[in-house]
Amino acid sequence: MEQLLLNVVTLVTFDGAVNWTVGFLTTVAIFAILALALNIQWSVGILNFGVAAFFMVGAYVSAVLTLPAPEGLESYVAGWGLPIPVGWLFAMVAGAVLAILLGIPTLRLRDDFLAIATIGVAAILRSIANSVEGLVNRSRGLNGVDGFLEDQVQGGDYRWVELAIALVVLLAVYWLVSRATASPWGRTLRAIRDNEDTAKASGKNTVKFRMGAFMLGAMLMGLAGAIYAHRSGTISPLTFSDLLGTFFVWTMLIVGGSGNHRGALLGAVVVGFFWFGTPLIQESLPDWLGSRVFQVRQLLIGLLIVVFLLWRPQGLLAERDRVSRFVTRGPDDRTRGGDQGSVWERLRSAVSR
Amino acid sequence: MGLTLVFGVLGVGDFAHGDKMGWGMFLAFFVVSSEGANLGFAGGQFGSLSFGWGLIVGLLVAMLGVAALSVVLERLVFRRLRASGGGFFVFAIASLGISIMLRAVIQLIWGPSNFRYTPGIHPAVEILGGIKVKPDQFFIVGVTILAAVLLYWLLYRTRFGKAMRATADNPGLAEASGIDTNRIRVGTWIIAGILGALAGVMLGLQAEVRFDAGFRLLLPLFAAVILGGIGNPRGALVGGLTVGIAQEVSTQWINTGLKPGIPFVIVIVVLMLRPRGLFGQQR
Repeated sequence: MEQLLLNVVTLVTFDGAVNWTVGFLTTVAIFAILALALNIQWSVGILNFGVAAFFMVGAYVSAVLTLPAPEGLESYVAGWGLPIPVGWLFAMVAGAVLAILLGIPTLRLRDDFLAIATIGVAAILRSIANSVEGLVNRSRGLNGVDGFLEDQVQGGDYRWVELAIALVVLLAVYWLVSRATASPWGRTLRAIRDNEDTAKASGKNTVKFRMGAFMLGAMLMGLAGAIYAHRSGTISPLTFSDLLGTFFVWTMLIVGGSGNHRGALLGAVVVGFFWFGTPLIQESLPDWLGSRVFQVRQLLIGLLIVVFLLWRPQGLLAERDRVSRFVTRGPDDRTRGGDQGSVWERLRSAVSR
Repeated sequence: MGLTLVFGVLGVGDFAHGDKMGWGMFLAFFVVSSEGANLGFAGGQFGSLSFGWGLIVGLLVAMLGVAALSVVLERLVFRRLRASGGGFFVFAIASLGISIMLRAVIQLIWGPSNFRYTPGIHPAVEILGGIKVKPDQFFIVGVTILAAVLLYWLLYRTRFGKAMRATADNPGLAEASGIDTNRIRVGTWIIAGILGALAGVMLGLQAEVRFDAGFRLLLPLFAAVILGGIGNPRGALVGGLTVGIAQEVSTQWINTGLKPGIPFVIVIVVLMLRPRGLFGQQR
C-alpha cells in the first residue's frame, strides 16, 4: 500500500505536496470505510480479527469480474469485463457471504472463537490465493484493474476522481451506519453489547442481530476492498497482510474512540497520518533511526493500542451515553462527559487530559 | 514431527504467545550466535547432536527472559486492564497490540533475515526400517515429553497446581478460599512463558530462526487448543499432535501451499461438531 503514496522528494514542490495529500486522503478514506465497518461489528461485541480477509475478498471479486479474459501467462477465473459498479456490488455480496459462512459455526459460541476463526480465514485466503493455480493468478497478483471512469478522464487528473470516489463512498457509508445505529436495530445492537442476557430476556434473537451486524460490516469491508482494487490497479496476496489489513484498522478504531462513528473517522485520519506520514520525515531523521523507521512505526502502532486501552479506553472521542432523545443530559454527565459541545472542544479536553 | 509435540503443551489464550515463542527463539540465538560466543558460551557439540552447551545456556536464558517478559507485561498491562474491568475483548486486543510490538522489536534488533542455530547440513541417521530421523529430533521429542510430564505433575499433584485450576474455574471463589489469585496469575504467566520459550527454541532447532515464525504458528496453536478443549493441558497435547500430523500428512493429497489452511478447517469442524473440544466436559 505504501507504493501508492509518492516519494518524499516530490514533496518539495507545491504540485508534489498536492499530489501527496490527494493520495493520502484517498488511502485514508478507504481505511476509514474499513474502520466504520469494523465499528458496526464491534458495537455488538463481535471481535473480528480478520478484516484483511473481507477486504481481500472484496478486492479480488471485483477485480476478476471486471477484468477482461486472461491472456498468456495470466490465469484467473471469470474475467468477464463487467462494468465496475457491478464489481462493487458483487464485492459486497462476497463479503456478506463470507460473513455468513464464518458466522454460522462461531456466532453462537464463545466470543473468542470468532476472533480465532477470522484471523484464520485471513491466513487461509491468502494461502489459497497464493497457491491455487488458475484462481486469481497466484502470487503474481492481478494487474491492470481499471479505475471507475478512468477512460473518460485525462491521465494526470484521474487522481482527483479517485479521491472523489473514495470520499463519496465514505460519506454514503457514514450516512448508512449513522442511520443504522440510530434506528431501533442499532439500539438493539447496543443493548446486546451492554447486556446480552437482558436483551435476550426482552425477546430479541441475539444471534440473528449479531449475524446482521457481522454481515453489514463485512459488506462494507468488501466494498472498501473493491474501491481499493480499482484505485491501485494491482492487487496481490501480499497486499492484504494482517498488519495493515487488520491491526491497522483496529488501531484506528481504538485510538479514535470505539463505538462511535466520528471517532472511527478521526482515528483513521490520525493513525493514517502517523503511518503514511513517517516516510516523509525519514530523510531528516538521524541515520540510526531513519533506517529503521518502518520497524519503529510498527512498534509504535502496537504501543498506541496498548496505551489507549490503558489510559484512554474510550478513545479520543468518547461514545456518548444515549438514554433517550427526550433526556438531554445523562445521569452522570459531568464524570462521563456526556454532551460537552462541539467535537473540537471535546478533542481539546481529550488532548489536555 | 517432534515440533508438533512441542506446541501441544501450550494452553493460554494469549494472542502474543506466538511472538513470545519468537522471543525465546531469538534470545537463545543471541547466546549461540557470535555475540554470545564472545561471552564464552561457544561450547562444542554433544555427540551427534548439532549443538553444544551454548544452546543449553541459550535455552535457560530464553526461558528466564520470556518468563520475565510475561510477568512485566502482566504487571504493566493485564493487571491494570483487569482492575479497570476490561473483559475478554480488551484483553484480546491488548495482547494483539503487544504481539505487534514484540515482533517489531525482534526485527529492530535482529533484522528480517532467517538464521540457524548451527550452520551447515545435519544428516539424518537411519533407524528401524528406513525411517530417517535427525538426532536433534530425538532431543526435541525427549524434551517435550519431559515438559509435558512436569506440567502434569505441577497441575495435578501440587498445591500450586490445585490453586491454579481453582483460579481458572472461579476466581471469586478461589479468592474467598484464601488463594492469592494475583500470585497465581503471575505464576501461570511464568509457566506459560517458560513453555513458550522452550517451544520457540525447539522450533528454531527443527526449522529456522525467523522473526515471524511464532506468529505463523498462532493458528495451528489455537487449533490445537480448541481441539483439545480450552484450558485442558492433556487435550492440548493430543490436539497439538493431531493438528501437526494432519498438517504434514495432508501434503500427500493437497497442494503444499494450502498446508496453513488445515488447522483452520480443523477449527471450523470442531466448532460445528464439538465446540468444547475432544476432551471438554459438558457443563
